[in-house]
Amino acid sequence: MEINNLSYEQAVSRLGEIVENLEKGNMPLSHSLSLFEEGTALIKYCSELLDKAEQKVVMLKKGPDGAPIELPFEVEA
Amino acid sequence: MDNRIYTVSELNGLIKELFDATPLFLQISVRGELSNYKVYPSGHHYFTLKDSESSLKCVMFKSSALKLRFKPENGMSVTVSGRISVYPRDGAYQLYCSGIMPEGTGDLQVAFEQLKKKLSDEGLFDREHKKPLPRYPKKIAVITSSAGAAVHDMIRILSHRWPMTKVLLLPVRVQGAEAPPEIAGAIRYANRYELADLIITGRGGGSIEDLWAFNDERVARAIFDSDIPVISAVGHEPDVTISDYAADARASTPSNAAEIAVPDASEEREALAGFSIRASVSMEKRLKHLRTELTALSSRRVMRDAGAYLDDRRIELDHMRDKLVSSTEGQLAVRQRRQASLAAALDAMSPLRVLTRGYAMATDAAGDTVSSVRQLGVGDTLRLRVSDGSALCTVNEIYEE
Repeated sequence: MEINNLSYEQAVSRLGEIVENLEKGNMPLSHSLSLFEEGTALIKYCSELLDKAEQKVVMLKKGPDGAPIELPFEVEA
Repeated sequence: MDNRIYTVSELNGLIKELFDATPLFLQISVRGELSNYKVYPSGHHYFTLKDSESSLKCVMFKSSALKLRFKPENGMSVTVSGRISVYPRDGAYQLYCSGIMPEGTGDLQVAFEQLKKKLSDEGLFDREHKKPLPRYPKKIAVITSSAGAAVHDMIRILSHRWPMTKVLLLPVRVQGAEAPPEIAGAIRYANRYELADLIITGRGGGSIEDLWAFNDERVARAIFDSDIPVISAVGHEPDVTISDYAADARASTPSNAAEIAVPDASEEREALAGFSIRASVSMEKRLKHLRTELTALSSRRVMRDAGAYLDDRRIELDHMRDKLVSSTEGQLAVRQRRQASLAAALDAMSPLRVLTRGYAMATDAAGDTVSSVRQLGVGDTLRLRVSDGSALCTVNEIYEE
């Protein structure tokens, strides 16, 4: 799966797997190296997600058909 | 002396007037134990208040009974307030009760304990019903007042810790009679539209009356029924509500709920750094191990001095060749000896040997040995072989014997 399509949770969980596999070290070197590369990319991706995130706050109101409508909510500093 | 004869109704009416004219009876509080408590279909409550020696008939009309915040039970020690009056039909006086307060703890405390026991007996608070909270919630539905400080505290902490989460505020009243159905309704609404993967409901601190909506059975059941995990965050640290028991997690304050709801980005960055270190360390270890193996291999002679290694191999090869040759030569000699004796034996039997004694061997033109005159015709050419050569001869005459 393309890293950029992963949620933070998926990325971190994949990262955990990779690190565990690397620590076991029972695979061919070429495989280890490609895992290491993937892990490095995942760490970069997760850090970017953390850096870029900006909180969205909305207030929900029940619309005429019952479905929710999003309204802006003024957040106090 | 008044000799007038009264009817029963007249007398009861007079007594009622007497009671009603006594100020003390208009507003009085009586302590005792509840017994024979009955709720009629009309909604009026009838009971007897007693102590060790006496009893007092009491009635509480529906309008007052609806204001009760707990369920009166037989045997409860209470203080009942109201007025004393006479029921003319029976000629009996009774306490027309406007309120009942449990002795010792307040009525809300009693109500709290009663509901807690009821829901606990039903299993609403059982561990096995608690849902795990998502590690990284994507959307959090916050069900609280849009006006109080609580909502802003929560949003501030959520955005500081984990700005990746979207916050959906479902504004509700958090105190007053409308609060419980609004809170319960918002929880059910969030579930129906699958608005979020986590719900926080609660409010800031206040008196036990202010927090009362979160001790409401409807709210507790909505929390219990929610498929979305719920964090209950009501009041301050010591305040514990029925909602707290029914929720999947209890936060001591709304701010604490925000802390429980999401991870801290800075801790998460440290965790990422930890992963990075672990990956590097294990790669480093792997490479170091391979390097050691490589060194061990290269310290062998073949790698250190390929020429010398090849010389050794050459010497080995020579030795092997020697062995091979000597064993081949041996076999050859044996074979040659065998051949010589075979040749001698053959020689002894050879017809050529006979020829040396003066015999000759005739062969025809085809090279076949001639052993009968019947093979011959006059004029045929014969080869006569003697011990040291041969001669071609012509047949002149044939004599058969």
